[in-house]
Amino acid sequence: MSSGPGRPPESPGPTPSSVPARVRVTSTRRDAATRRDLRPLTRDIDEQSTLGEVYMAGLMSAQLRLALRVLAFGAVGLGGLPLLFLFVPATRTMEIGRFPLPWIVLAVVVYPVAIIVARVYVRASERIEAKFSDVVGRR
Amino acid sequence: MNPAYGVVAIVLVCTVTLAIGAFGLRLSRTTSDFYVAGRTVTPYRNASAIGGEYLSAASFLGIAGLVYTNGLDMLWFPVGYTVGYVVLLVLVAAPLRRSGAYTLPDFAEARLESTVIRRLCSVLVVGIGWLYLLPQLQGAGLALGTVTGAPTWVGGLIVAVVVVANVAAGGMRSITLVQSVQYWVKLTAIAVPAFVLLGAWVGDGAPGPAAAREAKWIEPLNGIAGQGHPVYATYSLLLALALGTMGLPHVLVRFYTNPDGKAARRTTVTVVALLGAFYLFPPLYGVLGRVYLPDLASGAADTLVLRLPGAMVPDRLGETLSAVLAGGAFAAFLSTASGLTISVAGVIDQDLLRRRLGRMTGDDFTVAQGFRLATVLSVLVPYAASRLIEPVGLATMVSLAFAVAASTFCPLLVLGSWWRGLSTVGAAAGLVVGGTLAAAAVGLTIFAGPIPGWPGALLGQPAAWTIPIAFATAVVVSLATPSRIPRHTARTMVRLHTPEDLALDRN
Repeated sequence: MSSGPGRPPESPGPTPSSVPARVRVTSTRRDAATRRDLRPLTRDIDEQSTLGEVYMAGLMSAQLRLALRVLAFGAVGLGGLPLLFLFVPATRTMEIGRFPLPWIVLAVVVYPVAIIVARVYVRASERIEAKFSDVVGRR
Repeated sequence: MNPAYGVVAIVLVCTVTLAIGAFGLRLSRTTSDFYVAGRTVTPYRNASAIGGEYLSAASFLGIAGLVYTNGLDMLWFPVGYTVGYVVLLVLVAAPLRRSGAYTLPDFAEARLESTVIRRLCSVLVVGIGWLYLLPQLQGAGLALGTVTGAPTWVGGLIVAVVVVANVAAGGMRSITLVQSVQYWVKLTAIAVPAFVLLGAWVGDGAPGPAAAREAKWIEPLNGIAGQGHPVYATYSLLLALALGTMGLPHVLVRFYTNPDGKAARRTTVTVVALLGAFYLFPPLYGVLGRVYLPDLASGAADTLVLRLPGAMVPDRLGETLSAVLAGGAFAAFLSTASGLTISVAGVIDQDLLRRRLGRMTGDDFTVAQGFRLATVLSVLVPYAASRLIEPVGLATMVSLAFAVAASTFCPLLVLGSWWRGLSTVGAAAGLVVGGTLAAAAVGLTIFAGPIPGWPGALLGQPAAWTIPIAFATAVVVSLATPSRIPRHTARTMVRLHTPEDLALDRN
């Protein structure tokens, strides 16, 4: 049993043997074939059934939560700077090398961070959509 | 300054712009070609085009002038211009593309199923577009005047004529090509001289800015910009720029040329990268200006970029670099003005002219003719205004356009994309309240002269209070009028948010 195929390979080795690690059992993608004769979820969405609405609400709230997380990061990271300068006056004149810290942050550092944040967002958002397509689009 | 170099550079930029436009003309045939390039533009080309269109006179000349005059706090301008695209990306990029609309009024009508909202949006698009075109034309006059000594009306007129010729002839397809070339023209034109000037600066022993006189110039929240409340002004500016980008008419039209929502997102990431690369350079000019041209008159700050090479390097080289920068600045005026003209003309054509023309001529006109007439109109008005209104600084003017966009289209787009409870009445109330407040603040700031204390700070940077009021109005009125929620909201949400690979009913 301990080397059964259902056990995920990354499960940690030395667990107390009295409590076996829980294994989530799911069907593999191939089993989806059995659903062929069921109604596709796209029809639920098209007909705006309760089930379809639940799926749409799930998609939208997942995307919105992701968006709000990114905005919160920006609000704290970028919006925190004026407050930092205001309440910690030392940061206004602090220098790194020959250059003042506020100039380095606002003229240079902001841009690569913005690019990274944008890329992370796009990946996460495409993952949400891929999952949605996968679940809903199975026919 | 020897005008010959500058004239050559400007003529070259205008000729290339027209030549590429003419090339696009042969490809441009249908309505779809005119407005959205037949939706065949790749994300990379599209991103260059967005960057090319977005980097305006305010970016090319204005930021350096602001940093030169007011110091560190002005770095929030380029930061805000860039962050605006991140906000746009996470909130509306994909839904907007998926809405399948050509223009902002199209989106509003599709989402809210109301022609009243459509008309409100048309008026706002034209208003914001004209407010934004004004500094482009003024900047052109300023740049040409600095390089050649020509009177200020000439530069604006040249830009107006080239833009009308180009937009009216080829529409969006040629413009997409023009814009994507313009980005690289602008980046080269600002980066190459910057490196040469940096080299000269290091050669001089890297002297620090002559800041002893104004120790505060180098520090954040220095309050030099004339606002008595620098913390408020900083936050309000950041809000206006971050939330206003999505509401600029010429930015949105560009998203419709993506093939799908996924491509729209990827395009936006590339845009953030392209803008970030460009914005590394303008502040350099402002700082070097402090070192080499410490006594520039305050009204001349917007020409700093063009004057700096002459002050730093020997004659011939300095004049060549100035010419390159003047060419880049003209590329900036041309591309932003083209993009704005396209969207303003599109709205004027669809919502104001087409029906009237039809009535007047008994439908005896082609779609292209109507669009061309609209193009002329949409440039003529701001050009006339640029002759009448005193310039208030390129970047200041542009930030006012952002504030209006952020107080009107931002609530409409964000609530429209994410909140099923938005009612037609609520959306209209938000647009009217936000637009009126922001426009009043802009008008007072431009015409009433400097206002002291908190009122001046609040009116000079209105975004921090107009945006929340606009959002709150839209939400509260929507909650009070649940019967006016558009009937097909659920279906519209499916269209805005589901990936295109799913076979769903999207009408």
